[in-house]
Amino acid sequence: MKRIKRVFVANRGEIALRIVTACQKLGLETVVGASEADRDGLAARRADRAVTIGPAPASQSYLRDDLVVQAAVGTGCDAIHPGYGFLSESPKLASRAREQGLIFVGPPPTVIELSGDKLHAREEAARAGVPVLPGREVASESEAKKTAREIGYPLLVKAAGGGGGRGIKLARDPDELEHLLGLARSEAGAAFGDDRVYLERFIPAARHVEVQIAADEQGAVVHLGERDCSVQRRYQKVIEEAPAPSLDPATRNALTAQAVAFARAIGYQNLGTVEFVLDVDTGEHYFLEINCRIQVEHPVTEAVTGLDLVAMQLHIADGEPLGLAQHDVRFDGHAIECRLNAEDVAHGFMPSPGTLSFFSVPDLRQLRVDTALCAGATIPPYYDSLMAKLIAHAEGRDAAIDVALEALEDLDVEGVETNRMLLISVLGHDDFRRGAVTTDWLERAIV
Amino acid sequence: MPLTDEDVREILRIIDESDLSELRIDTDGFSLHVVKGDRPATESPSAGKRSAPSEPAPQGEAEQPSPDPEASGLTTIEAPMLGTFYRAQEPGKPPFVEVGSRVEPDTIVCIIEVMKMMNSVPAGVSGTVAEVLPDNAELVEYGQPLFRVKSS
Repeated sequence: MKRIKRVFVANRGEIALRIVTACQKLGLETVVGASEADRDGLAARRADRAVTIGPAPASQSYLRDDLVVQAAVGTGCDAIHPGYGFLSESPKLASRAREQGLIFVGPPPTVIELSGDKLHAREEAARAGVPVLPGREVASESEAKKTAREIGYPLLVKAAGGGGGRGIKLARDPDELEHLLGLARSEAGAAFGDDRVYLERFIPAARHVEVQIAADEQGAVVHLGERDCSVQRRYQKVIEEAPAPSLDPATRNALTAQAVAFARAIGYQNLGTVEFVLDVDTGEHYFLEINCRIQVEHPVTEAVTGLDLVAMQLHIADGEPLGLAQHDVRFDGHAIECRLNAEDVAHGFMPSPGTLSFFSVPDLRQLRVDTALCAGATIPPYYDSLMAKLIAHAEGRDAAIDVALEALEDLDVEGVETNRMLLISVLGHDDFRRGAVTTDWLERAIV
Repeated sequence: MPLTDEDVREILRIIDESDLSELRIDTDGFSLHVVKGDRPATESPSAGKRSAPSEPAPQGEAEQPSPDPEASGLTTIEAPMLGTFYRAQEPGKPPFVEVGSRVEPDTIVCIIEVMKMMNSVPAGVSGTVAEVLPDNAELVEYGQPLFRVKSS
């Protein structure tokens, strides 16, 4: 590393620990900015230094870009890694960091801004030759009705400032559209500070397939293959895998080539993910959005490529070239990630915070576990309920499923409710085994 | 180790009869923190790395290793936010307070800067400043002790 010597980790939980570990492997010092609730967490303890940036609620700590930058400057850091969620896609954090002479580990602020504006990103994708779903921004009710007639029902009402599954509503007929439009607009204004909404065709039988890209500051762009994240509940991913099962080679080639072309077109830098929706009935695919952060599910790509994606982010941010041509990216085996959440599946997936009286993860050769928890640790009620990611990597998909199942069967958690049994039943289900799962499958299967 | 109500009462009785004002025991799977009197039980500054696993309190020893500031009538003013700690309105100006300064709850004791935003910090208590803890222009964390004030 030439410029980066000390990294400020602006996140918590497993991803903060993941970043600390990657930095330590690269010989970099780390400072973790923790909320009061996470002061004794594993990431804070493993780092060279930890500072309490604010009280437990994220709005007073992890979402405060001013505190994050102040803390990074005050602790002598030269870079900020934002992880995922929180401020990871905040152009304000990126530009503020730059103003203070800090390196932001992610794309430039202009690219983050483009990615955050889902409507703008759609237009740019179309311009780069990437297929987008029929749809457009609607400013009035009459415009919405007219556009809806062109698109056809059912359709989605999406917030321009949304993304990551947030700010999406399904309208099945004109009455529903009329009812949802005003609601969607006011909710979008409140949640994202941007009340623009757009309509987009809804695909009833869809798979979610995304392409990992990596781009250096010198203009080189490669893809690191795709991931299938179709096992979802309320647009939140539950199980992810790489490669996408039963994807025909022509579609795979089109997806990866278009993701790279789009990244090039918008001047993308660092690691990112281009998300697509795959229409199972027609075989067509369409651009959904681009995410300019490390993804929760990045370990499945690491498993099959053998690359350290967080280290790559740091190298690129430091100004180094990728040092990797497309033909150097090799894929080996199949990887499946299960998100273990502290939630009460039987009671409407209510979050189940609390203290872990016991937590034991099996030690399997083909299993990687990313977690910042151990027995005695507390899962605070302020943040998301992700406890651990279990990543199974084997030669083939069936073998990977078996490893994941063995891991989940032998997993022992006491003190909080988890979705362990749900994960086990998904992995053991015939539909999933066949690889034929669509994004609405899990919710239909639960009922 | 399962504790019954009787056990707890027995522990409290022993402590009540001893000279200890505070007892903290931390072993594997068991931790106990008891404070005598009407003083609220405050967490010791949970400063991560600095807090080494505490040894069982020496039995019967009346001498405490480090005097607890709050036990000796001192109140701590903690940083209400993370930022850069400034003792004066601007460089070259006299500090807001010195050791020995008299403060009221609304007396400004320092400034904490967050990205060019200057936040005035009131004492929140009345008394006399006994100690100024951070250096000027140092980064202070949320909740970090800034001043000790002898209450009046």
